Amino acid sequence: MVKQYTKNPVGAHYGTRGFLIQRFTAVVMAVYTIAAIVVIAMRRPAGYAGYKALFAGAFGLFTLLFLAALLYHAWIGVRDILMDYVKPTGVRLAFQFVVAAMLVFYFIWAAALFWGRWA
Amino acid sequence: MSSTPATRAAVRRPKYYDLSLAHLPPGGLASILHRVSGAPLFFPSQPLLLWFLQSTLGSEEGYRRFAGLYAHPFVKVVLLAFVWAFAHHFFAGIRYLFLDMHIGIARSPERKSAIAVMVLGVLATIAVGVCIW
Repeated sequence: MVKQYTKNPVGAHYGTRGFLIQRFTAVVMAVYTIAAIVVIAMRRPAGYAGYKALFAGAFGLFTLLFLAALLYHAWIGVRDILMDYVKPTGVRLAFQFVVAAMLVFYFIWAAALFWGRWA
Repeated sequence: MSSTPATRAAVRRPKYYDLSLAHLPPGGLASILHRVSGAPLFFPSQPLLLWFLQSTLGSEEGYRRFAGLYAHPFVKVVLLAFVWAFAHHFFAGIRYLFLDMHIGIARSPERKSAIAVMVLGVLATIAVGVCIW
C-alpha cells in the first residue's frame, strides 16, 4: 500500500518567486560592485570632500539601490538558513520575525542616509 | 535468503559514522562556503556598513575617526575577513547563475568551476590585502 503523503504542503509558488528575486538582486549587486570599483578607480576621490562628492551624484542613488537589493537578498538567504536548521516552528518564526525587523530597520536607516543625496 | 534477528545481530558490520571520512566534492565545499560567507554578510556586516556610511558621510570628524581606525592592522585583518566573505559569495554566486542556465553542469566543468571560484575568492582577498597594507 502506498504510504499516505503526510508532509504539510506549502505553496502558491513563493519558493519560485524567492528563487528569482535572489537571482535578480544578486545581478543588481554584482553590476553595482563592478561599476563602483571602476568609478572609484577612475575618479580617485581624495579626502573628505572628494568622498562626499562621490555620493552626491548618481552613485548615491545606485548605492541606495544596492543596499535595498542587499537587504532583500539577505532576507531570502537568512530565511533559507533558518528553515534548514531551526526546526520548531514557533522558534523559527520568532527568529524570522527578528531578522525581518532588523532588515526593515536597516532599509529605513539606508533610505534616511541616502534619500535625496543625488539631487 | 532470510536471516533471523539472532544471526543478523551476530554479523559485525562496519559502521562509518565518522562523517569526516565522507568525501565532500569541490562543488559541495564551494556550496557550504557560500552559506558560511553569506551569514556574516547579513550580520554583522550590514549594521557595520551602515554605521560606517553614516559616520563617514555625516561629518569630517567621523571620516577622520574611521581613517584612524583603518590604520590599525587588526582592523585591516577583520576587514579582509569580510572581503573574503564578499568575494567568495560574489564568485560562487556568479557560478550558480551559470549553473541555473545549465551552463557547465557536467561533472568535469562543475568541479573545475567550483575550484576556480574558491581560488578566485582567496586571490581577490590577497589582492585587496596587498592594496590596503
